[in-house]
Order: sequence, then C-alpha cells, then structure tokens
Amino acid sequence: MSVTATVGQATIDGLVYVGDLTLLTGRSLRALVIAPVQGKRFRAGRAIHQAMATGVGAVPILSLISFFIGLIMALQSAYELQRLGAIAFVADAVAISVTRELAPLITAIVVIGRSGSAFAAEIGSMKVNEELDALEVMALDPIDFLVAPKLLAMAVMLPCLTTWADFMGVLGGATFGVSAAGFTFSSYMQATLHALMSRDIVTGLIKSVMFGIVITAVGCHEGLSAGLGAEQVGRSTTSAVVKSIFMVVAVDLVFTFLFYLTASR
Amino acid sequence: MYQDGDQSGHPERKGLAIEIRNLRVTYGEHEVLHDISFDVKAGETIAILGGSGSGKTTLLRSLMGLEKPVSGEVWIRGHDLCCISRTDLAELRKKFGVSFQGGALFGSMTVGENVALPLREHTQLEDATIAIVVRLKLEEVGLSGYEDYNPAQLSGGMKKRAAVARALTMDPEILFFDEPSAGLDPIIAAGIDHLILKLKAAFHMTIVVVTHELASAFLIADRMVLIDKGRILAIGTPAELKACEQPRVRQFLGRVPDPEMSADEGYLDRLTAKLHL
Repeated sequence: MSVTATVGQATIDGLVYVGDLTLLTGRSLRALVIAPVQGKRFRAGRAIHQAMATGVGAVPILSLISFFIGLIMALQSAYELQRLGAIAFVADAVAISVTRELAPLITAIVVIGRSGSAFAAEIGSMKVNEELDALEVMALDPIDFLVAPKLLAMAVMLPCLTTWADFMGVLGGATFGVSAAGFTFSSYMQATLHALMSRDIVTGLIKSVMFGIVITAVGCHEGLSAGLGAEQVGRSTTSAVVKSIFMVVAVDLVFTFLFYLTASR
Repeated sequence: MYQDGDQSGHPERKGLAIEIRNLRVTYGEHEVLHDISFDVKAGETIAILGGSGSGKTTLLRSLMGLEKPVSGEVWIRGHDLCCISRTDLAELRKKFGVSFQGGALFGSMTVGENVALPLREHTQLEDATIAIVVRLKLEEVGLSGYEDYNPAQLSGGMKKRAAVARALTMDPEILFFDEPSAGLDPIIAAGIDHLILKLKAAFHMTIVVVTHELASAFLIADRMVLIDKGRILAIGTPAELKACEQPRVRQFLGRVPDPEMSADEGYLDRLTAKLHL
C-alpha cells in the first residue's frame, strides 16, 4: 500500500473513531438529559457512586502530584527569572501555567490512569461474562445504564478535581516562594491572585469538562468494543489509556487555540 | 405504545409462543445457522440439543434478539424480532427471563441487588416490597439468606440458581436457559433439572433450554430440537427422538465419536511404542 493510501486510510479510521465516540456521547447525553424529561428513570445513585470512585478516590494522589508540579514549575521559572532579576514573578508564572494548562492536563492524566482504564476493564469484563447481554435481555440499555452515569460523574468531577489541583499547584509554588524566594505565604497568595484573571481559571475548567467527556467516551468505547477473552480486555484497557491521552492532548490543543482566537479579538 | 402482537389473526400463530421461519445467521463468511424453522407452543418446554459449535447458543441468542439474522423470521408473541422497534423489543424483553451459561450475575452487585435489579428498573415498587420479592425468588431456587453475598462468593451451581432467581423476578412468560447443567457435578446438575421441572409445573411458562446434556434434556423437555452444523437434524418428543433411525441422530444420542476423530487412534500407541514407554 502506498504512503498516500496508508495516510488516507488512517485518516478515515481516525474520523470513524471520533464519529463513534460522538455517537456514544450523544446517546449518553440523551439518557441524561432527554430521557428523564420523558419520564424515564434517572440513575442518580449510580452517578454518585461513580463520582465518589472517580473523584474522591483520586484526591490523595492528585494532591501530591499537583503539589510537586507547582513546586517544579516554581523551581524551573525561578531558574530563569533569577537571571533576569525578576524572581518576584515566580508566583505569576506558577499561577498562570498551573491554572491554564498544567492542572487540567495533570488531572486528566491521573483520571485516565485511575478511571479511564477502569471503565474499559469493567465494561470489557462485563462483555466477556455476558453481563452486557444480560442487561439487554432485561430491557436495560448498556449505554443508559453504564455509560451515562459515568459521563455525568466525570463531567462534574473533573472540574472539581481541576480546581483542587489548581490550589495544590499554587501551594507547591508557595512552598518554594516562601522558603527560597523571599515571599511570605500571604504575599505569595496576593501575588498569585493579582496575576490570575478569572478567564485563566474558567478556560481550565471548560477544558476539564471536555476532558471528562473524552475520557469517559474513550474508556467506555474501548470496553464495549473489546473482544471476548481476558487478553482482549487487557488490550482494550491499554488502548483506552493510550487513546485517551492522545485525545485529551488533541482536545486541549483545539480548545487552547479557540481560547487564543477569542482572547486576541 | 407497546401492544402484544396480534396472535389471533393468524391461525397458525394461535397458541404459539415462538415461531422461527427459515432463519439464517452468519458470522462474517461463516454460516452458523442455515434455514432453521420450528415452533414453540405456549407453556411448552423445548430443549435445543447439539454438539459444541453446532449453533445452538447462536439460535438461543437469535430468539432473544441478540443476534441479527441475515434472513428469516423470529416471531415472539406475534412480533417479528427482525423488524421490531427498539422500544417494542425492550417491552417484549420484560416478558423474558434468561439464565446465561455462566450466570452473568453483575459482579459489582450483591445477589439480592442482582435479583432486585429488574424490579428497581421497571417498576415503581417500594424497597420493602422489592426486598420481599427478592427473598421469595431466592427461596424458590433454594438460596434463602444469600441476599448479601457477592456472586464471587458463590459456587457454580449457586450462581446458576441465583441467575434463575433473577430471571424469574419479573414473572416472565418465556424462560431461556443456556446450558443450565454445563460444568456442574451430577448432583448439582440434577438439582437444576429439578428446579426447571418445578418451575414448569408451578408457573406453566414457555421454557427454552439449550443443552448438550442428553439425560437432562430427556428429563425436562416436552419436545427436542437436535441441531448439527447449523441445521435441524431432528425435531420431536423425547420418545420420537429415541425412536429416530437417522444415523447422525443415533450417533449423537448414542454418544458415538465422529469417524475422523477415531480414525487415527493408533497414533498414540505408535508414538508411545517408539519411545518404549
């Protein structure tokens, strides 16, 4: 096959995959938004259970990683700023980089590792054990029953986790600022608040909602399309992680570009 | 709105729970079921028999609407599953009870929650009422007191019985069993057979059992369908099948191996002789 044909086929496959993810998300959103209006059951209990597992369960590891990232950002920026005699701007550098980019991205990656892979493994195992068939013959749509509560939980919990990661990142930066850059804790926080605009936080949160939707769609799609057998479930889990990371970075690029366009007008 | 199909208008459909007409199912290029046609009367217990890979599980999946046929018709309570809308299929499936080969109990729920699930999803019953129904259904299958167990804590036979309890929750009109005795010891398998007979006597349900266990099929079935390589080989009452002179039927019922499997049985002797074992 020629290079052109290979690239063409890969592009078509990619578009078909994105189309499948969009359909899955659309059906889940219909189950969340339209079906309850039509008097169908809204599974709040399952969504809360998912939110606890994906959100609350991720707080300890996310806190640690975000704190370290904030500290690393402070160290890296101080290294350059010191040479320019602008060490006082370390709080600005940490605040902006963490809220706009690093916190949403790190949160998404942590959630992919914990929950995106778990979605693929859970649904893939259910498929192998005929549990998805059992749902269907019980007149329960697997997408309504399994995917929709996960989507709701992730779309709500990702912004919450990102906000927490913002805070922990700034705290990491403050640790360096207070111990090595001549800040007091209060002056560091004031400098942070001065540097930040609400737009920085809001754009990060909008991205995090999109990341939550993408991670759920990819994880659940990989689980639903897993082959029969333990090895296939393992592959679908790996695939869910790799594809989720790629999709999250791609969505990040698109949204950052859109925010750039709207900001520069 | 969902309505039961018009069963009275078609004389042939009167009193029939399931009708299968010229059913063909393929997996890619491979034809799994070829021109399958038979009926199941309401209240009848029918056993679908066949060797491994004969297509009996695919046939069962087609009856539940889990496999889309290439051609042919599957009529259940006057509805053609091939043309039915998703909503009507969902309503029809509320009248099904299915016991899968491995039980297919939801691992994230307790046994009680598994049994309660159809009631929680499809009825407005209160929790206390659901708890009573769950207890009754588990009692019916001899699993009283196992409400709070996880499926992983149950033995193979108990899992199958719990799956039957879940299948019975909505008081189904048609009960499907996929290999109810497979992988169980003879005593537990006999217990499952006894349970099916008990359900048959108590509720007069239409029961479709897919199995390759001959003793079990002869015990529970009113009629039997023998499938081989995706085609119906024989159909009739247990007595009719026993009396059938067709060689392939005799071979299956007599548990005689295929000639190609036994043709080179001296191979092992030759191999071990060479090794002077």
